[in-house]
Amino acid sequence: MKKTIGKPVLAVGPFHPLQEEIEFFQLTIDGEIVTDIDVRISYNHRGIEKISETLQYDQVPFLVSRICGICSASHPLAYVQAVEEMADITPPDRAMYIRTIINELERIHSHLLWVGLGGHFIGYDTVFMWAWKYREPVLELLEEITGNRNNYGNVKVGGCREDIKDEIIPRMLKELETVERKTDMLTNAILDDPVLHARLKGVGILTREDAIKCAVTGPTARGSGVDIDVRRDDPYAAYSDLDWKVIVQPEGDVFAKAVVRLLETFEAIKIIRQALNKLPGGPIAVEVKDIPAGEAVGHVEAPRGETFHYVRGDGGNTPVRHKVRAPSYVNVPSFAASCIGQSISDVTLTLASVDPCYSCTERIAVIDSDNKIVCDYNMLVKLSREKTQRIKEESGLEGITLKEE
Amino acid sequence: MSYEALKSKLDQISDKLTGIDVKSDKRIFLNCDADNALAVNKFIFEDIGARFCIETGIDCDDRFEIIYHYSYDQTGCIINVKASIFDRDDPRIDSLTPVVSAAEWIEREIHDILGINFNGHPRMERLILADDWPEGVYPMRKDSVKQ
Amino acid sequence: MSWNIWALKKSPWVFHVNTGACNNCDIEIVNCLTPKFDVERFGIKLVGSPRHADALLVTGAVTAQARPRLEEVYRQTPKPCVVFAIGACACDRGIFHNSYHVVGPVDKIIKAIDPDAIIAYVPGCPPKPEAIISGVVKALAVL
Ligand code: SF4
Repeated sequence: MKKTIGKPVLAVGPFHPLQEEIEFFQLTIDGEIVTDIDVRISYNHRGIEKISETLQYDQVPFLVSRICGICSASHPLAYVQAVEEMADITPPDRAMYIRTIINELERIHSHLLWVGLGGHFIGYDTVFMWAWKYREPVLELLEEITGNRNNYGNVKVGGCREDIKDEIIPRMLKELETVERKTDMLTNAILDDPVLHARLKGVGILTREDAIKCAVTGPTARGSGVDIDVRRDDPYAAYSDLDWKVIVQPEGDVFAKAVVRLLETFEAIKIIRQALNKLPGGPIAVEVKDIPAGEAVGHVEAPRGETFHYVRGDGGNTPVRHKVRAPSYVNVPSFAASCIGQSISDVTLTLASVDPCYSCTERIAVIDSDNKIVCDYNMLVKLSREKTQRIKEESGLEGITLKEE
Repeated sequence: MSYEALKSKLDQISDKLTGIDVKSDKRIFLNCDADNALAVNKFIFEDIGARFCIETGIDCDDRFEIIYHYSYDQTGCIINVKASIFDRDDPRIDSLTPVVSAAEWIEREIHDILGINFNGHPRMERLILADDWPEGVYPMRKDSVKQ
Repeated sequence: MSWNIWALKKSPWVFHVNTGACNNCDIEIVNCLTPKFDVERFGIKLVGSPRHADALLVTGAVTAQARPRLEEVYRQTPKPCVVFAIGACACDRGIFHNSYHVVGPVDKIIKAIDPDAIIAYVPGCPPKPEAIISGVVKALAVL
């Protein structure tokens, strides 16, 4: 870590609720303003790339779906696409549609999860509870299709493992309608709330130039006006057959990123609906004989951004090198650009706006040395909530109201 | 810029490359030596305007390879620049971080797991391995003993 | 039953430690708290510091970097406490068993610093929220 003699330092982590990987943040502050930020990862380094070299091509999807619990459909898909490119395999149409559906269901539950946690950080626990409640039906649908609520393990080289049975399609359509209605309610409540406008607008701005320089992807980039989306730019699965649009917001602040994610949820619902109606018949997998030597890349638009996999094989039955780049790997370093100059009460929110995979819900600060003030996570959330409260009082507004029809 | 335009643009740096392998319109592999890698990357990032995805470090027994992956989003083309480092005892290559700040983490990671030194990297510190990980043990090298 | 075990069984407060999990186990733990399962009905509460906790919910295979932190958290937790190893990773490293950076499983690390530690296992990858709740109930029943 950087040496910061004589300046007050805030330690955030290593057990921090925002990080999929347990990470350690060190914020240097001047008064209330953050002047520098430093990150230490490694807490979650499990050597997946090395383990992958000991597994057979067909076993790797189970490993890569366990890189990140929320992106557990995107990672295997990116890997499988790379292998299929290497071996020149084209999966059947039905498999392509099923992959699309699973990936979009994942996007819905991931974005709802984000909305909930975002609400939690600014002191709107109702939003947290409600968003997570409406996420459950999506997980149940996934369980019904693939047999597991998370870590679906549904893609394999050459197709899919589990089919979507005709009986459950009407039920899926019905559930989607409920989810859509509830998301609509949440979206309206959030977008109409003047307190939230005051609290989130202009906070944690990542400018378009910084976004390009930091090479961020996904909603973090699209919230900063960078119009990229792998689903459109390099279409895979069935996306090119369906009608949907890429959501881009130019502002770059936390609010813009929230808007991108909420609107993307609707797009995801639209995509699933079309895909279910168009679902072609036929087999769901082709037989794969052997994988020749070669190298290939596969990339997929995960809920958080582009997931990138590079696979090299030597003709044997295991990959000789498998590189994984998760979206948070490029999104997290952009904190430096968006946090510096912010007040500490906005830091948790700014970190959260990147959606760096939430995992634990509390933290401790075990690191303590001479010139470090140990401030724990609860205190940061408290600061963040107090600011919301202040805005409410100053504006005389009540804040969010949720009504169940 | 269409795929053809992209291709003709790449001809400008053909003297720095040791090979071009076009697998399809959307997948281009370029080979170069470690000494030219920085110039080639600079061209692709600044002149072509491709988005930096990631670097991959590979131990190929007789040499190390660093592959720089870029995505040219207008056409969905992935450009891979493969630089070979032949000196196994003291592997080094010029750092890309001064040009592309997004490369900071991955170069630190490659340094951790493969022991490749990046000349001119602003902060060559440990990133991905534990604090008490022994110096000089590089887990992704082929000859590293399995624990 | 000593009085402090008796007290421990009433509305246990839990602290959640991620030692290198893939996130799914963690999300399922949070899921237990949200409206569908809502374990706060039974007085089970997620707290923000190990010093307030009666039980630790440990997920993940324990990476080399997370190990000292796990030990520190265990030391900070008032005894007696129950350690729940949630998920295949925490129980026996699961799919990451041959990784160079994984030093777990959880019971090995905890037993090394406290041989009398009470450890309960909830297998699954990830265990469903129902499984986590059932594991906690069963463990408290045998204490
Ligand atoms: S047990 Fe499975 S779900 Fe839980 S952390 Fe390990 S890999 Fe992830």
